[in-house]
Amino acid sequence: MITTLGPAQFLLLAQGLAWTLALSAIGFALGGLGGLVIALARSSGLKWLEGLAAFFIEVFRGTPLLLQLFIVYYGVGLLDLSVSPWMAVSIALMLHASAFLGEIWRGSIEAIPAGQTEAALALGIHYATRMRYIILPQALKISVPATIGFLVQLVKGTSLAAIIGFTELSRTGTLLSNITYRPLLIFGIVGLAYFAVCWPLSRLGRAMERRLTPAART
Amino acid sequence: MPGTEEPAILMEGVDKYYGAFQALKSVNFRVASGERIVLCGPSGSGKSTLVRCINRLETVQRGRIVVDGTELTAGRKAVDAVRRDVGMVFQQFNLFPHMTVLQNCMLAPIKVRGARREEARETAMRLLARVQIQEQANKYPAQLSGGQQQRVAIARALCMSPRIMLFDEPTSALDPEMVKEVLDTMIGLAAESVTMVCVTHEMGFARAVANRVVFMADGEIVEEAPPDEFFSAPKHRRTQAFLGQLLKH
Ligand SMILES: Nc1ncnc2c1ncn2[C@@H]1O[C@H](COP(=O)(O)OP(=O)(O)OP(=O)(O)O)[C@@H](O)[C@H]1O
Ligand SMILES: [Mg+2]
Repeated sequence: MITTLGPAQFLLLAQGLAWTLALSAIGFALGGLGGLVIALARSSGLKWLEGLAAFFIEVFRGTPLLLQLFIVYYGVGLLDLSVSPWMAVSIALMLHASAFLGEIWRGSIEAIPAGQTEAALALGIHYATRMRYIILPQALKISVPATIGFLVQLVKGTSLAAIIGFTELSRTGTLLSNITYRPLLIFGIVGLAYFAVCWPLSRLGRAMERRLTPAART
Repeated sequence: MPGTEEPAILMEGVDKYYGAFQALKSVNFRVASGERIVLCGPSGSGKSTLVRCINRLETVQRGRIVVDGTELTAGRKAVDAVRRDVGMVFQQFNLFPHMTVLQNCMLAPIKVRGARREEARETAMRLLARVQIQEQANKYPAQLSGGQQQRVAIARALCMSPRIMLFDEPTSALDPEMVKEVLDTMIGLAAESVTMVCVTHEMGFARAVANRVVFMADGEIVEEAPPDEFFSAPKHRRTQAFLGQLLKH
């Protein structure tokens, strides 16, 4: 039976889009936290901790997200825990985003001139205060373009969650194209939906880059 | 006066290595409370290194450092105690660029000394007035001239009420026309009882405020004398060569 493309199908696509956005938000939120931890560990000055963080970064940047999703999904399953796809995807996206954001933010932290740390030390300011009030505000500011760039990758990357049965935007598209037999139309719409999310993000990223560049020069 | 009471700074047999390179060679250095020292010497002689050892921005491999009665060891307590007592002004100002002038001056008093905001603000405004920059309190460092930024850096250090002030070439990064305003600020500071150690090649400043000029070369203290004596009758050959170079400029 061939279904036509009506309001019900658009509702499904909208739901798929909502899941995609939710997955991206989860990945970014959890990955943001994890990434902060990784970036701080990576620039902590403690050799073993830096090594550990570097290893984590290399592993999760050097393997496909798809593989990470599989391993988390089946791996956690092996531990005899029942994992919902939600859990598996959240964990995998978190690990993935932590590695990428951690590396981006490490770079920004290290780009802050040593004089800032020295001035803080000379004033007797301890690590936590130094990071919170002096280093991170400057580092996060210069990392905004790269961070948004990664966010765009992440939105598109969530489509891989379809592999373990997650009905986000891409998978909704696949299902609909199977019942409507109009794959081009459906995937055209799906593509437009991704574009509608990612393009403004990219624009925002570029606008911020332009705004930040002159400041970096002075 | 020097030598009687407990010294503000005492370095005994200090060796400092960067890897295999020895930057300080068995340095003995003593500064009495309230004394004002000018430290000079050729580039790479270890002036910055010596000054940075006093508040443990650098660690040393051998020797003793005692600051205001606190023996400087690896212990966090000792380091904190010393840094609370010692203010530092850098060649590159090192102001926090994302904070206003006032915020730059209030951060450490609030976070390190536990001062209340109002109290910290009052102190900051008073000290900014003293370096004559109170009108700029709400500006960001990038909006100020180099001389103004350096005066803010001095005020920021003073907000912690240090008993010792370290200056590492505070006027070297400034355009010539701004050197005077910063030196005047420092001369004003010298009129109080703050102990000062200042790396500078401003010999006019040395004559005006220093109790003693210390000359370094190759990681060693080669000669020290009151400014008159130092400039008119330098004893060591390297000092003479250095002063000869300086006069040519
Ligand atoms: N972090 C470092 N690593 C390796 N070597 C260093 C480091 N800092 C300083 N040195 C070396 O130690 C020596 C003394 O340096 P220092 O900065 O104390 O000299 P300085 O007298 O302040 O010179 P300048 O007048 O150029 O500022 C120099 O030879 C320098 O190359
Ligand atoms: Mg120096």
